[in-house]
Amino acid sequence: MNLHMASQINSFLAALVLLTAFGMLVQKRIYGLIHLFAWQGFFLSLNTAVVGFVANKHHLYISSVLTLSLKVVVLPYILHVLINRLRIRKEVETVVNIPMTMMIGIALVIFSYHLTAPIRELSTLITRSTLAVALATVMLGLLMMITRRHAVTQIIGFLALENGLFFAATSATYGMPLVVELGVALDVLIAAFIFGIFFFHIHTTFDSLDVEQMAKLKESD
Amino acid sequence: MMLDPLNLAGSAIFLLFAMAFLAMFLTGRQRLLNTLSFIAAAAASLAATAAGVWVVGSNIAIQAVMSIGLPDLPFHLRLDPLAGFFMTVVGLLSFIVSVYSLGYVKGIARQRPITRLVIFYALFLAGMFMVILADDALFFLISWEVMAAASYFLVFFEDERVENRRASFLYMVVAHVGAIAILLSFGVMSGLATGFEGFHGYTFDAMRQAQFPSAWATAAFLLAFVGFGAKAGVIPLHVWLPEAHPVAPSNVSALMSGVMLKTAIYGIVRVTFDLIRVFPWWWGTVVLVFGLISAVMGVLYALMQHDLKRLLAYHSVENIGIILIGIGLAMIFRSFNFPLLAALALTAGLYHTLNHAIFKGLLFMGAGSVLHATGERNMEEMGGLIRYMPWTAALFLVGCIAISGLPPFNGFVSEWLTFQAFLLSPSLPSPLMKLLIPMGAALLALTAALAAACFVKAFGVTFLGHWRGHHTPHIHEADWFMRVGMIMAAALCLCFGILPTLVIDWMDTVSGQLVGTRIGESAGAFGWMWLTPVARERASYSGPLVFLVTLSVIVIAYLLLHVRAGSIKRVPLWDCGFEKVTPRMQYTATAFSMPIRRIFGFLFSIREQVRLNPQAPHRAFPRRMHYYLRIRDRFWNWLYKPIVDISFWISRTAGRLQQGRIQAYLIYSFVTIIVLLIFMR
Repeated sequence: MNLHMASQINSFLAALVLLTAFGMLVQKRIYGLIHLFAWQGFFLSLNTAVVGFVANKHHLYISSVLTLSLKVVVLPYILHVLINRLRIRKEVETVVNIPMTMMIGIALVIFSYHLTAPIRELSTLITRSTLAVALATVMLGLLMMITRRHAVTQIIGFLALENGLFFAATSATYGMPLVVELGVALDVLIAAFIFGIFFFHIHTTFDSLDVEQMAKLKESD
Repeated sequence: MMLDPLNLAGSAIFLLFAMAFLAMFLTGRQRLLNTLSFIAAAAASLAATAAGVWVVGSNIAIQAVMSIGLPDLPFHLRLDPLAGFFMTVVGLLSFIVSVYSLGYVKGIARQRPITRLVIFYALFLAGMFMVILADDALFFLISWEVMAAASYFLVFFEDERVENRRASFLYMVVAHVGAIAILLSFGVMSGLATGFEGFHGYTFDAMRQAQFPSAWATAAFLLAFVGFGAKAGVIPLHVWLPEAHPVAPSNVSALMSGVMLKTAIYGIVRVTFDLIRVFPWWWGTVVLVFGLISAVMGVLYALMQHDLKRLLAYHSVENIGIILIGIGLAMIFRSFNFPLLAALALTAGLYHTLNHAIFKGLLFMGAGSVLHATGERNMEEMGGLIRYMPWTAALFLVGCIAISGLPPFNGFVSEWLTFQAFLLSPSLPSPLMKLLIPMGAALLALTAALAAACFVKAFGVTFLGHWRGHHTPHIHEADWFMRVGMIMAAALCLCFGILPTLVIDWMDTVSGQLVGTRIGESAGAFGWMWLTPVARERASYSGPLVFLVTLSVIVIAYLLLHVRAGSIKRVPLWDCGFEKVTPRMQYTATAFSMPIRRIFGFLFSIREQVRLNPQAPHRAFPRRMHYYLRIRDRFWNWLYKPIVDISFWISRTAGRLQQGRIQAYLIYSFVTIIVLLIFMR
């Protein structure tokens, strides 16, 4: 597999990641969201493996396997269990309407390309063109957290954001040192558990997972 | 270990800390705690006084480095004549007040546990001694905060009343603002001492050796003046003082008013004369002008009060003003290079510091005895106490005469010396000073006269006449510990008043250290009988002579009245035919101060109302009248209310950021990230 080919595959996978990110932004049903999230994780892990193969960095295989097991299997499973336990059937409500969100998302992608243009000129890595996509994924994750009202979707947004960071690390420097990546993976796992516990608490307190309800906690003067 | 003054002072501080620690284990035995702790405090204060007297008398400076504190930043201690002088002032009054407290706190202990009072009393004294001993900015500020925090808890002692909590909060706020200014001032000086490289400019020695550029030196001085002025109660930073002093237990108010304010004077003198050393004349003018404002306004506000302790608190503002007048004059003379006059003015200021500590301590102890006996602070409800408490009345009268600046007591000597500094000043090469010096002298004279009027009111309304209250409580004389405390203070008032030459001879080393010239030779040129500040032809005062004359007049008057039988007759009061004379018809404190209120009314915010009861059949036949008078400090509305309003407005506006919605918070971070990416890339 020559470098050109690898670069093409890399770009293709980046495009898929971005596509899933947009998909999550517009997806209204919560199961669909989780599936999209799993797909994003899958593309990410594939991309990591490809980069590891091309750059001859063997620790990236471990990262790839880790991503696959955590983000494609474990986290979606946990979220599934949560949703079943809490009997969330309702469709996801958004704060801003979907076309508007899409427009903002597109603007963010363009902004990311504009932002990383100088880096693309300087870098010699084959993955350099995907850095913009990584940054866009981070911002789309954040945007998703802002535009959704449901606690579970906010968590998915957060995890998508984390995906973007991971992607950025892979494409900017061929991945972080293994120790750091292991640590981050552990953090994400623990975060998921903590979120799970919090969901139960929020659910029992407010009888809903709508974060708008939490505005009641504010002291009014 | 060789016994030297620094060791003596150090062991005093150690004893106080040990006592504060021990007090925690004696909570169950309140009487033992009271006796033990105040005896220990008295012993520690006596040791500190001895150390101070020793150092000033022998004109030595002892330094030491203690290897505690932050790593690589040890604490430095130094006891030089200036520190020794203030050590003596603090120690002397602390000793007297500790003896007084043996009796006074016993009364409190009957009502509530006193452990807290004892612990913070000890820490408070230790803090004051440490402030004076400190020879680096770090140790100074730590001690300063120990002192401030301990006194905060003492003001807070009777915390079940709202006004006490409010007063202590106000005190803490002002103390902290002041501490910040002091911190910044030391920061500027220590930074310049090393050129902002390294931390080793924090010792006072490094600051003494540094040359400060004039702009930075001015910044350091102004910050220090604001910071110490807030502690000293210089107008307009005085608002906490009349709130906090009345609500603290009276022995604590005596210490706060008598000596805690003096640590601020110490700070001002230390920073200007010792650390910065070279300063332009207008610094002295700033100190002088604020001193004059504090003196005049302080006494005017004091005249309007009818709460005995509040009145005394405002008098502290006045006396701090008089002290600052002396120090300001000394600064002016020194920068115009008149060393002898500078020494005279500095001696006047420092002598007044000593005197004010003693007589204000005495007055607060007297007020404490009255409060202890009657449970009343409002003068309008008292009266005729001289018959129930003759000792307290006589001793309080001594304090009144001393603070009014009348011979033969000590207040006269220091105010007279301040006058001499004004009157002997040559024409200074500045038109502003030519205007300010005579005006200052006139204002000082006005202050002294108003103070006398104020204490005629305080003594007359409280101790003379008849009891004004609706029901006479069981009034008892102060017990012996309290009496001994007050007698010692009164005796010192008399001694410092009739033997000023000896005191000035002793404390001359301080002005020798700070301005390089002494006035001892000229002041005592005609023996201990005559105090001649500069030259006999110009002015002289003989304390002993005045005392003897006063004494003989009193003795002759007494003999004339009492030897011949029947020269004093007691008869019923002529009631103008009204027949129903009640004690409520006596001359009141409000009425006494009314003429002055009319003249100086524009300085206060006054609301006065006379209302007739509407049920009366006709205006000509009122059943009942209501007189309502409220006098307020204008500075509160001018200076403090805007600041309070602005800070509330800022917090309310900033509070709108907090929406209680997660999305809003996420948008904040999102927008921040975007903005940073746009502008910082």
